Amino acid sequence: MANWTHIGPAVIAAFLASLLDSVEALTTVLAVGTVRGWRPAFIGAGAAMLVLALLVATLGPALSLVPISVLQVTIGMLLLLFGMRWLREAILRSAGVIAVHDEAAAFAKATTLLGRKRKSVVATWDKVAIATTFEAVMLEGLEVVFVVIAIGSVGNTLIPATIGAAAACVLVMIVGFALYRPLARVPANFLKFTVGVLVSAFAIFWLGEGLGFSWPGTDTAILGIIVILIAVAVGAVRLVRSSGRAPARKANRT
Amino acid sequence: MNLIVRAFKQLVGLFVEDGTLALLLIIWVGIAALALPRVPINSSWDAVILFAGCVAILVENVARAGRRD
Repeated sequence: MANWTHIGPAVIAAFLASLLDSVEALTTVLAVGTVRGWRPAFIGAGAAMLVLALLVATLGPALSLVPISVLQVTIGMLLLLFGMRWLREAILRSAGVIAVHDEAAAFAKATTLLGRKRKSVVATWDKVAIATTFEAVMLEGLEVVFVVIAIGSVGNTLIPATIGAAAACVLVMIVGFALYRPLARVPANFLKFTVGVLVSAFAIFWLGEGLGFSWPGTDTAILGIIVILIAVAVGAVRLVRSSGRAPARKANRT
Repeated sequence: MNLIVRAFKQLVGLFVEDGTLALLLIIWVGIAALALPRVPINSSWDAVILFAGCVAILVENVARAGRRD
């Protein structure tokens, strides 16, 4: 049975991961829509969202049939690799070692690229445009689907995590299409940092449980892990900064 | 075929960006799973040691990346 020490962080992790990836996917959808027309942009994005929803609807309940200790170790290991990858990237970006992702620059690059590929196509069935939005939404969405399924299935929080992720996606769509431009002011690295901490915390907690280790404070240990991970990550940023490297320039790396 | 290779690379990319970090984490979890239950210490320390090892690997990795780049 899930409790609030698990549901809260699970929903926040799913919401923030979805927020970050939705912002990045929106940039591509806007670029395709602007340059090659909205119909193919929406067909590609819609098809990808349908596939992602099907993945959550099928894999999520299917994983609940696997014994919990097996899930804790296997999903915990995958979550650890995923969470630590995000946390590492966020630390290195905060320290200026890796360039910060710039949505405005990504939008400009995508529109230029798509404009170059433009042919005399009728905007109803533009394969390049459909494939571009489909791939972008699938690529970003897979990360969200993994977080939702992994955290949801092991922590018995599939529905709250799905609602959190869907809410973020809807929010980004509403704001993005209302402003009609990429959401360049979203603090992408802060979101990555937070999701990295939360996902890594769940991973370590579940790995410990799956291996039969007992955590001090049982379920509330996850809150302690989160606090310590934040402190360590902030300290790591300072440590890397103090090594005195020149700050990296903005780039489109995701 | 190209599509399958790209999809596989993207799937692996979800979990692995720096190969050393991923490899060390897998090795550490393996060592913790096999060795910690056999070490003659209070079992309540097992989970804490697992956590500390993961944190140490992360800090060492970012410190090294900071020196390298």
